[in-house]
Amino acid sequence: MNLRFVKTLRLGVQSLLLHKLRSFLTTLGVLFGVSSVIAMLAVGEGGQEEALEQIQKLGSQNVILRSVKPPEDRVSNQETRVVSYGLTRADEERLRVTFPGVTRVVPALQAPVEVRFEDKVCSPRVLATPPGYVAVTGREMLEGRFLTWGDEQSDASVCVLGYEVARFLFPFESAAGKRVKVGPEYFEVVGVMWPRVPIGSVVQDPSVEAGGEVFMPLATGRSRFGERQAIVRSGSQEITEVQLHEIIVEVDEAENVPFVADACREMLKRNHDKKDYEVIVPLELLLRLEETKRIFQIVLSSIAGISLLVGGIGIMNVMLATVTERTREIGIRRALGAKRRHIVSQFLVETIVLSGCGGVAGVLLGLAIPKVVEHFADLNTIVRPAAPIFAFLISVGVGVVFGLYPAWRAAHMDPVEALRHE
Amino acid sequence: MTQARQASEVVADLRDVTRVYQMGQVEVRALDQLTFQFRQGEYWGIMGSSGSGKSTLLNILACIDRPSSGSYSVRGTEIADLDDDELSELRGQSLGFIFQSYNLIPQLNVLENILVPVLYQDEQPDGIEERAVALAARVGLGDRLDHRPTELSGGQQQRVAIARSLINDPALILADEATGNLDSKTADEILELFDELHAEGKTILLVTHEPSVGERCEKVLRLRDGKIDEVYDNRSVDGS
Ligand SMILES: Nc1ncnc2c1ncn2[C@@H]1O[C@H](COP(=O)(O)OP(=O)(O)O)[C@@H](O)[C@H]1O
Ligand SMILES: [Mg+2]
Repeated sequence: MNLRFVKTLRLGVQSLLLHKLRSFLTTLGVLFGVSSVIAMLAVGEGGQEEALEQIQKLGSQNVILRSVKPPEDRVSNQETRVVSYGLTRADEERLRVTFPGVTRVVPALQAPVEVRFEDKVCSPRVLATPPGYVAVTGREMLEGRFLTWGDEQSDASVCVLGYEVARFLFPFESAAGKRVKVGPEYFEVVGVMWPRVPIGSVVQDPSVEAGGEVFMPLATGRSRFGERQAIVRSGSQEITEVQLHEIIVEVDEAENVPFVADACREMLKRNHDKKDYEVIVPLELLLRLEETKRIFQIVLSSIAGISLLVGGIGIMNVMLATVTERTREIGIRRALGAKRRHIVSQFLVETIVLSGCGGVAGVLLGLAIPKVVEHFADLNTIVRPAAPIFAFLISVGVGVVFGLYPAWRAAHMDPVEALRHE
Repeated sequence: MTQARQASEVVADLRDVTRVYQMGQVEVRALDQLTFQFRQGEYWGIMGSSGSGKSTLLNILACIDRPSSGSYSVRGTEIADLDDDELSELRGQSLGFIFQSYNLIPQLNVLENILVPVLYQDEQPDGIEERAVALAARVGLGDRLDHRPTELSGGQQQRVAIARSLINDPALILADEATGNLDSKTADEILELFDELHAEGKTILLVTHEPSVGERCEKVLRLRDGKIDEVYDNRSVDGS
């Protein structure tokens, strides 16, 4: 029985090798179909959970407003000029007072200063922000505490280090209680934050790019660094004035996020003559991500479906031709004692070998496609070990489904007629 | 001799066998109520002019065709009672078929071709490969085992076909114009092989339209229009 299977298999391979080009062309449909199946699964699996989690970390119920330096509209040769742009305290006030559905408004000011401890220097994002920041962003403390209203009121020289900064400045010891130099002044470290999950390519998070974060009370930030920041550039000095770099608006329920986001955009548009701000809605990012993914899924599954169908029909066509070509052989085998099922299995094995080869090649191609998708579409992809197996089984399935009819035809030929066939 | 012949077992038993081909409105009676018995160890030449029904008879004897009416049994097994699988099994186990055009499988070499009928047996008998090798040697192709059919002459191919028909030690060897495609010298060699098989006690039915071939058989059954025209024993003819 087993020996017969081996012989049947070998015979199938031999017959296919008799027509190499034809066999190769026939497998192409299955090849593309199978690789699309793998790509589809990979995109489907791809960081779905992870992306969701990341965006939730960013606060799926938040609307984030950020100051953006508008493109310089006039070139000036002034030695010193003041560029004033971005979110204002008036904006913050309007958000607080007039917006229904808003539970919290957390502003933040950014200071372009370095942070030092002894001989170590780094340039994290230094944010001056009220205590609400930690709750709104869903961050957690690794040690110590976050900023308090007490710090805020007393204008205290305290700071909280992001994980990366703490690691960098204090690789071997606890940062809590240490004094670090932020810009020109000394601050006491009262806490260290949990590391952020890397946001990846889904949502660009500047804090990670800049190599960490340091937080201080908003009042402290204002009094120490003010709102004006001097940037010296190729001889000329530019002073930028930004009242607030970021405002995080927390919304009571997810359904209200789109309305609040629209209201924010409306309000900012009315009060700013330049587009010196941006509105980031993590929920929208999430939805857009889902949409992109869905489109990819549809495209890939269509390709998979059509390729497999067309590939299957191609295989069936070739097998029907093969059966006709080998009518006489079928007659001989029947006359020599082959039962119908022997003939069926002979041709079915041949079809399965054909589609299975397409399947193997398709799996190899399919493992490459997700990488390409990742590169061009900014989508995470994951190829689970089961995916290639599943895709390969599909190719075998295609072989069985589309091979059955030609095999059946072969098996039901009249032996006498078949033997007479030229 | 006569005694022994009558005692020998009936291998193929035809009773009122009729085979009708429907050609549109016209019915062609290729075999018409044919009743005959072939016995163990006999060597028959089935003769008749072209269209007399020889091939139709042989196909029915070979169980690749069924009578339209009448009964046919092989060693007591009525084939009308068999389904397609059982019929296939009967073909593989009890019948050896030799064709005019050799009908070897081109992808397979000599040894593999000889072993094709074994492929479809439920169990592979012990030492079957050795038996196939021995049969190849027996028909004079011991040194050609891994040749493909295209690398062999017609006579050699027919020898392979004969070896193949013997592999399962059939009750009945059926040959349809087995020498029809061969030159007379090669045909003669093949016929010598049949003589040897006959001497070994094999039952052989050889369809031919050539009198020279028919003469070499033990007995002759002549058909005309699907009916038995005459039956004679070559040796008794010789002897009288
Ligand atoms: N498949 C078929 N369909 C119709 N008629 C057939 C078929 N096979 C044989 N016949 C007819 O049956 C008769 C006997 O044919 P056959 O057995 O091949 O004769 P032989 O082998 O003696 O030449 C002929 O008249 C032939 O035309
Ligand atoms: Mg004929």
